[in-house]
Amino acid sequence: MLNSLVTWLPFGLSRYTGRQVLFGGFIVLALLLLPIVDSNSSHVSAVADAGYILLLAFGLNIIVGYTGLLALGFAAFFAIGAYTYAFVASPQLASPAHPDGYHVSFWLMLLVSAAVAAAFGVILGAPTLRLRGDYLAIVTLGFGEIVPQLFQNLDKWTGGPDGIAAVDQPVLFNYHFGFNPTPYYYLYMAVICICLVLLANLRNSRLGRAWMAIREDELAAEHMGINTMTAKLLAFSMGAAFAGVAGVIYAAKLSTISPSGFDFNMSIMILAAIVLGGMGNLSGVLLGGSIVAMLNFLILPQASNWAHAIGASVHSTFLMNVDLTQYRFMLYGIILVLVMLFRPEGLIPSATVRAELRESMKSPEVA
Amino acid sequence: MFEIHNCAPQFIQQLINGVALGGLYALIALGYTMVYGIIELINFAHGDVYTLGSFISLSILGLIPLATISNPTVLGLIALAVIILAALLCGIIGVLIERLAYRRLRNAPRLAPLITAIGVSLILENIMQIWKGNSEVSFPQFLPDHWHQIGGVRFDDRSLMVVVVSLVCMILLNFFVFHTKLGKAMRATAQDRDAAQLMGINVNSTIAWTFFIGSALAGVAGFISGMYYGTTFFLNGYQAGLKAFTAAVLGGIGNITGAMLGGFVIGIIETMTSGCISDQWSEVAVFAILILTLVFRPSGLLGQQLPEKV
Repeated sequence: MLNSLVTWLPFGLSRYTGRQVLFGGFIVLALLLLPIVDSNSSHVSAVADAGYILLLAFGLNIIVGYTGLLALGFAAFFAIGAYTYAFVASPQLASPAHPDGYHVSFWLMLLVSAAVAAAFGVILGAPTLRLRGDYLAIVTLGFGEIVPQLFQNLDKWTGGPDGIAAVDQPVLFNYHFGFNPTPYYYLYMAVICICLVLLANLRNSRLGRAWMAIREDELAAEHMGINTMTAKLLAFSMGAAFAGVAGVIYAAKLSTISPSGFDFNMSIMILAAIVLGGMGNLSGVLLGGSIVAMLNFLILPQASNWAHAIGASVHSTFLMNVDLTQYRFMLYGIILVLVMLFRPEGLIPSATVRAELRESMKSPEVA
Repeated sequence: MFEIHNCAPQFIQQLINGVALGGLYALIALGYTMVYGIIELINFAHGDVYTLGSFISLSILGLIPLATISNPTVLGLIALAVIILAALLCGIIGVLIERLAYRRLRNAPRLAPLITAIGVSLILENIMQIWKGNSEVSFPQFLPDHWHQIGGVRFDDRSLMVVVVSLVCMILLNFFVFHTKLGKAMRATAQDRDAAQLMGINVNSTIAWTFFIGSALAGVAGFISGMYYGTTFFLNGYQAGLKAFTAAVLGGIGNITGAMLGGFVIGIIETMTSGCISDQWSEVAVFAILILTLVFRPSGLLGQQLPEKV
């Protein structure tokens, strides 16, 4: 019965079995109820912040997971999205002609920033996508280093290391989002749901299949008549667009941005998320992104508090002052190494990725 | 924001500072280029092995009652011993990293070991953070330091030491790679691993030796950077590693002479940018060079254009 119902579902969901849809529906329902059940706004805020991690993971998954291009400076696109919004939605660019700066609508800027980030994806990608995999990784890493540096150095416009403050927060039908995390939480959920539907369809489209062909064997894909350059550029720009959207909501929720939020560490966190969950598989990326975000925003700060409490009772100054969030990159490092060594396809693998990775591992090792 | 100063008066001075910095980058770049040459892996953790070298030297120096020794010859010998010890320990760590984290993935898609290398780098950074804390650690300045003046240019023993030590290491390495049996095995393995194995070369141990030598050079660089700057910091290796990698790419990755040339060029460019524009633009300049080199001349200054292996 369940399965026959599923076939009527829109948005490509009909590919899933009844049990999968039921499970997904249950999780969505639980998440919808969370801000109502849990009145602790710091929890809601932490879960909402998982939203931008997930959006970034979706974007990076297009580039790394689907197309097999390792981009290491992905946070640059996140920065570009956030700054694009902050420039036109804060008093930052105030001038005699515009004494209050510009205040463009948040909703419009969601699309504009996505487009701007996508454009930068093309600008970076066009000259560099010819490069071999690891060179591309380094070029994107260099780009990821330069972009926050530029935002920091061009202080005439960007506010330098302090960044931009008093960024506008969204208003929907006269409802002001303000600093209350709950509306952002629902906004992230809505955006993520739209992105999931988009991505699920994209993956099976002509373009999605072209991406995966490139990942498996670029030369063969080219010989099959795929325009690999166009497909890779599209992967780069679409991935960047997701980061752009994430940047806008991030800037609006915090209402302030600074270059230090977009450094290499951010790029690594997102990479760890998709590697852990399973590159190239949406459920995997959702899981990996959620785990990393929860570690980052909830579990490690909470565990530090517990350590402090234990430290206070056993009179250990080390435990009382330990800040576990400082060591989160150790955790991400261990995740990257262990997953790559023992389960390169991630927790919830995509079947094709697993086949590719295991195939090459099977080839006779140099003794 | 930025304005271009008239930096002609200090041009020669900046050049000298640049050469000292370049010697440091060249030493680190050698490790990147050797490893890339032999297994085509960007050993992301290499920059952190360099910082580890300075941390290890610092700990060894902590065991020696330096204040009680005043004889400059003895102090010099101590410095030499610490360099060698740091190099040995870093070399062993390099071999361990290869054995534990990279060897298993030697035939995996190229992204897999690269991601692992990033993970190893994060782990090393955090170990060093736990070891020496979150702030800059000062490095004992136990060697007597003199300033020399030639014409209008001043330089001290420390910059001289950096240049001399790095040049000696490079000469030794060149001799090793081109005139010893193990060096020949390395070059053969780099050219064609399978064929090298058929010729009776123990590929695994050759690769391990490559890691040993590259990491040992990073250990030497770690010691002399501590002496040169007077401080060290657990995250130093990230930026220094990226710049050294840029040097290796600029010189032509896999090419030992190229790495040295690239190191000096990057060092000079960095100090020139700092001197003529401002500090905050030097990183942007170095990474812009990295991107431009990869885009317009991926084979680097001295490298050869290789066709992609099918």
